[in-house]
Amino acid sequence: MNRKHPSVMRVFIFALLSWLKISSSAVFAQGPGPRPSLPPIPIKGDTTHTLTKHFTQASSEPKKTDAKGFIQRWLVLEPVKKNIARNNIITDNFLKTTFSADNFSNDYNMIPKDGESVKIGDQDLKWYALDSKTFNFNLYHFTYALNKPKYGILVWLVTVINCTEDIENVRMSAGCNSGSMWWLNGQETMILSGDRDMIADNVTSPRITLKKGKNIIRGAVINGPGMANFGVRFIDDKGEPVKNFTISYQ
Amino acid sequence: MKLNIKNIGKLALAIGCLSAEVNAQIGKPFIHDPSTIMESDGKYYTFGTRGGGLVSEDGWTWNPGGERPGGGAAPDALKIGDRYLIAYGATGGGLNGGHNGKILTMWNKTLDPKSPDFKYTEAIVVASSDGNEDCDAIDPGLLLDPTDGRLWLSYGTYFGFIRLVELDPKTGKRVEGNKEINIAIDCEATALLYRDGWYYLLGTHGTCCDGANSTYNIVVGRSKKVTGPYLDNMGRDMLKGGGKMVMGSGGGRVNGAGHFGHWKIDEGVEKMSFHYEADLDMSGRSVLAIRPLLWKNGWPVGGELFREGTYQIESERRGYGLELIVDFTRMPGGFRGPRDPNEPIVKVASQELKDVIDTWPKGEIGVRAGDYIARPHQKWTISAVPDGGGNPGGPYYKIVIAGTERALAATADAELITVPKFTGAAEQLWRIDQLIDGTYRIMPKLIPNSNEKLALISSGDSTPTLGKFDFNSDNSKWNFKNQ
Repeated sequence: MNRKHPSVMRVFIFALLSWLKISSSAVFAQGPGPRPSLPPIPIKGDTTHTLTKHFTQASSEPKKTDAKGFIQRWLVLEPVKKNIARNNIITDNFLKTTFSADNFSNDYNMIPKDGESVKIGDQDLKWYALDSKTFNFNLYHFTYALNKPKYGILVWLVTVINCTEDIENVRMSAGCNSGSMWWLNGQETMILSGDRDMIADNVTSPRITLKKGKNIIRGAVINGPGMANFGVRFIDDKGEPVKNFTISYQ
Repeated sequence: MKLNIKNIGKLALAIGCLSAEVNAQIGKPFIHDPSTIMESDGKYYTFGTRGGGLVSEDGWTWNPGGERPGGGAAPDALKIGDRYLIAYGATGGGLNGGHNGKILTMWNKTLDPKSPDFKYTEAIVVASSDGNEDCDAIDPGLLLDPTDGRLWLSYGTYFGFIRLVELDPKTGKRVEGNKEINIAIDCEATALLYRDGWYYLLGTHGTCCDGANSTYNIVVGRSKKVTGPYLDNMGRDMLKGGGKMVMGSGGGRVNGAGHFGHWKIDEGVEKMSFHYEADLDMSGRSVLAIRPLLWKNGWPVGGELFREGTYQIESERRGYGLELIVDFTRMPGGFRGPRDPNEPIVKVASQELKDVIDTWPKGEIGVRAGDYIARPHQKWTISAVPDGGGNPGGPYYKIVIAGTERALAATADAELITVPKFTGAAEQLWRIDQLIDGTYRIMPKLIPNSNEKLALISSGDSTPTLGKFDFNSDNSKWNFKNQ
């Protein structure tokens, strides 16, 4: 009889149970708080941090919407770091208070310049003029590419809609992960509170008019843990996309 | 409160009021064998057995006022061009009497007895039975075939066959040389309708004319040809007694549904008119009834009147629930996954109105739609407004946040708001129609400063607004889920 084998097995089983106990404690024994992390699984990491993977530098030539009317060109400010444990704290008043406090300018018709920096709190943040390669604009990819915080972020956005004539009775339409507010020509149009996902046409504005000439959209997206992105377009009273305008960042 | 006799009486009355169901047309809707409802000069008319009929200005309150000469039984009405064709039966006596009936038709330019154009043409006989043949020529039903413009009339009762004849749509006379066709047996009060390539024959079975003891019920068969054969959902020919039930007992205080009439209000909004043999809340008398008509797998299904109660108002578009735009109030605790399985189980109290109402603004509050988790800002109590008027098949309702008087209202710019207290204003009154697919249309009685007829629609998943109703879009549809 080999008496050593059972002893080795006992040690192994003890070690396994100890690990399982530690792991299960880490997973389950949480009080109120964010959903706990799952045990790490080794995966092949993407270590390339480049904007051109998901975006292109916006050109000076005005751009059209995509086929479904989504606006892919945005001036995007580097993220303001925010400490947000869970997204369902994002109420209407939270959004209004936060966006008011961490604002780069109270002039909602101001158009930032590509490459310029602004200061919010103690952070120096830079503007980027980018075209998204997809219908929506993925802020996780944006912040990852810049080696900036990916979670717990507030990102300011600006774009310019150029109309050759008044376009009446349309609605701005947005989806975002997780919360956001939107303004058109200085007027608040939409507020997306709560733990939302990137759902096209999730929220629409009241009926508005895109005026002849320049129309300035300001947006602010905030997100705690997880993916952060948004998609914006205009729709008519039948829900069809409005596309008879161009988009620029100047 | 002392529970003396007087107060017990008051309490009983209050409980009675709270539990009252809005289940019948109001006014004096007493009629037997009502004809298909017709609109004429802005009013609605239906005629019944023995002459006369009912009139309504809104489709909900009905009173005597229709005029039809000739007496007899069970008329039907149909508008052809700018004239109304009325058909009725001159019976030979009914169940235990003779069966030598006649079907007559006559025209009128208007159904409004006060109109100078109100004058019936002389009635002409278009079908008859001799008293011994297997048919009793009463209970006519008219159909103008939308595919070819031909005019058909079904008639008959339990005494033998239901028959079909062709009439001339210009004269209302029998087409010369036309032979009657047998299309069903042993039912009565037939009606015909056409929809999506099918002809539907509706008939009434069961016990007629015995008040609260009547078992009258409406059944249907369908055919690809107007001449039949009309088969039910099991493939039984109506010539062999087949028929799928469309409407029977009202399930409570009304019973005995008979004499179907089809009423298309709008695309996707259809009603069926009929009579209940007895309304126990109205002396057990025979009354007019109007219910939603639904279509399921190509078959007509009788719907029910909207029931008052507290609901989630769910958008058909995404499934979000209508809610006040107020800050979300968290309940205590967070993620509670698998812990010690022996931990005592306790009930966690639901969030209640008193827990959150002080955090809400006191004035007007906007409305959106969001993920529904049965919170106080998402529950709506819907109740009929007694003096609010009505519409075809229903009263106007108020829609308030449960436990409050905060009421949903339409705004002048065709958006939605809630006002702190229901005042009865027309923009706070809502019409609720069940659609043919079982979902609902919700419409304000009035848009301030506007004559537009708009409905509650979704412009985005979370954005309810007011817009033109479109049955072909889920933006226009809503569901009510009991809370």
